[in-house]
Amino acid sequence: MKTFAKQGFEPVDTLQKPGVAVPWTFAEKMLLGLSPGDYVKQLVRNPLNWFFALVYIIGVPVLLGRFYYGLGWATHGSYDYPWGLFLGWGLFCMVPLSASGFMLGTTVELFGRKDFKPLERLGLLNGLLGYLFAVVFLQVDLGQPWRLIYPMFVSLGPAAVLFLVAWHVATYLSVQVAELVPAASELMGWKAPKKMVKSIVLGLTVAGIILSTLHQGALGALFTYAPGKVHPLWFSAQFQWFHFFCSSIFAGLSMLIVVSTLAKRFLGWRCDANFTDNLDRITLGLAKGCALALITYLIIKMTAIAHDNEWGLLFTGWGQYYIFEICFGVVLPLMLYAKALRQKSARIARFAAIIAVLGILLNRLNTALIVFNYKLYQEIPHWREVVIVILVYSTYVIVYRACLCRLPILYTWKGESR
Amino acid sequence: MKKVNRRSFLKGGLVTGAAALAVGSAKKANASGSFGGYPDSMGVLVDMTKCIGCRTCEAACNKEQNLPKPDKPFDDKSVFEEHRHGGLPRRTTEKAYTVVNRYEIKGREHPLFRKFQCNHCQEPACLTSCFVNAYTKTPEGAVIYDETVCVGCRTCMVACPFYVPAYTFSSAINPVVKKCIMCYDTRLKFGRPPACVEACPSGVMVFGKRTDLISLAHKRIEDHPGEYNHHVYGEKDVGGTSWMYLTSEDAPFDEIGFDTHLGTEPIINYVKEFLAIVPMVLTIWPALFTGFHLLATRKDTIKNDEGEK
Repeated sequence: MKTFAKQGFEPVDTLQKPGVAVPWTFAEKMLLGLSPGDYVKQLVRNPLNWFFALVYIIGVPVLLGRFYYGLGWATHGSYDYPWGLFLGWGLFCMVPLSASGFMLGTTVELFGRKDFKPLERLGLLNGLLGYLFAVVFLQVDLGQPWRLIYPMFVSLGPAAVLFLVAWHVATYLSVQVAELVPAASELMGWKAPKKMVKSIVLGLTVAGIILSTLHQGALGALFTYAPGKVHPLWFSAQFQWFHFFCSSIFAGLSMLIVVSTLAKRFLGWRCDANFTDNLDRITLGLAKGCALALITYLIIKMTAIAHDNEWGLLFTGWGQYYIFEICFGVVLPLMLYAKALRQKSARIARFAAIIAVLGILLNRLNTALIVFNYKLYQEIPHWREVVIVILVYSTYVIVYRACLCRLPILYTWKGESR
Repeated sequence: MKKVNRRSFLKGGLVTGAAALAVGSAKKANASGSFGGYPDSMGVLVDMTKCIGCRTCEAACNKEQNLPKPDKPFDDKSVFEEHRHGGLPRRTTEKAYTVVNRYEIKGREHPLFRKFQCNHCQEPACLTSCFVNAYTKTPEGAVIYDETVCVGCRTCMVACPFYVPAYTFSSAINPVVKKCIMCYDTRLKFGRPPACVEACPSGVMVFGKRTDLISLAHKRIEDHPGEYNHHVYGEKDVGGTSWMYLTSEDAPFDEIGFDTHLGTEPIINYVKEFLAIVPMVLTIWPALFTGFHLLATRKDTIKNDEGEK
């Protein structure tokens, strides 16, 4: 794409073809205004696509095998370890990293911080796709995925935490789709849907906050079912939901910093000045949010230890590991964010964001897999499980990239205001 | 700015209030109060000091539940030497709803045998964690499972403090949870004891009303001073279970595979901390955040109003 951009090519960002009063057809918009031949050429030229091709060649047969031979063939799921990487990675890591949707919605629409507007849609898209693929991961993991709607309509268990997660993720997905309707409307040239969504945007945003508070918290609360299995340092009946909710705030924002950095670096041709010129300033704004969430999280983590009086456990082997998680995943990004803010350096903030994202991955994988069953033994995921995770995550990246290339997320549609 | 008249304000308030009430009260009803178990539920008292490890109960269970033929016959004692992942002894599986394990204890002349199966909790964690209500605690005391609604999320397996439910991971079309149902369909429903209890040649297990069994257990401890451990496992553990255990004084529970650190609260009580905030968030958040919005954008509003004038 960069080659074409250097040659003076400009991707579609208008309804009418430049110079002539002929509208772009849908197919032309999907090809970004390139001829089919040129489109294929740029696909082949991109080394990332070769990597994806390799992932698909290996991954698709393994995925089919999972549905043909069952979970036992594809995973190390056992009676002792019912959950593996599909949920550990796909649900417990993907969902907090997708909290950016409601965070940016709240900042811009609810608190009226219009200065974050250039990044709002990227935040929303990051949220929508993260949730969508968390559901895909869930579908790969469920024993009988075709029964996904059972908790909704067939047999209801409303007192269960997972019931709340199911309903909230489903409702929140529709909220996020609605929030991104304006972007799709601009591309398609529709007027009414965008206007409709604009009129209810405050309601959608408040709904987003409620649903996010509860289901981010509920993912943590799922582990309160296992007080005897999750290590006490990672377990807190009182604070578990708040740990998960609070950490999702900096997780979502840090992920947004990472994604926007990648977008600017690799999809520079698609970003307009409104995005690129504002990015450093907004990154620092997000960094401030991250720092505040991180310090809150750190304090509430310590409060949980104090509440259950578990200080002694810090001196055990697991305790050292816990201290490592806190130092690497919380204290280090907190200090880096603080440094970034003091020196007004978006570069340091981006580095901090990467560490914060890794820290969240560490925390969620720890809670779901590593310190789970700490009294029994460690389980190592099956290689087929890893292959399927890479396959689904690659699909996520492909869909993400496809949306960024087409929808007015990184650029402003000509003749439209945000 | 759009004017809010009294009627629209009332209408909006009523709708929000009603919705909040409907959602909030449903959640709250489930989150508060303790169940504590059915008064006349039945149970089984397992006196492990009497068990000789003959595995007749395993065979009876296999027959009663039409389970597949095991790899080794039921009179093969070499299974006691078997170890699964992590050096742990055998556990319940999709093909065996009950297992007997042997424990060699230092300073004790004979090994101690422990029969194990679903403990049929008074407030089962599997039941409370299930989002399709697949589990039922029957008034007779059994925890049964409906495989026709199970989605296969396996939260029940995560929630069970005793690691009881097994899952048919090998099935692609119809994987389900497999566990002891206290022979509910074939026996308990008709007032008869489970197959394993009836088959035992050494009278290890006593079937009866749970409340009676608790008295019996304490009477045995009192009548035989120095013989029994004073803890009746399952009387209070995780809120009480229908199956309860007695062990000898020189073989404490934590040395024979029982988790004695589970506490006396049913598992759902740990989750209630979260469930309690659900109605709060649903009712307070909308007002709170709309308020924040009005506060945050008040300058714009004032500017707009002045502009109109």
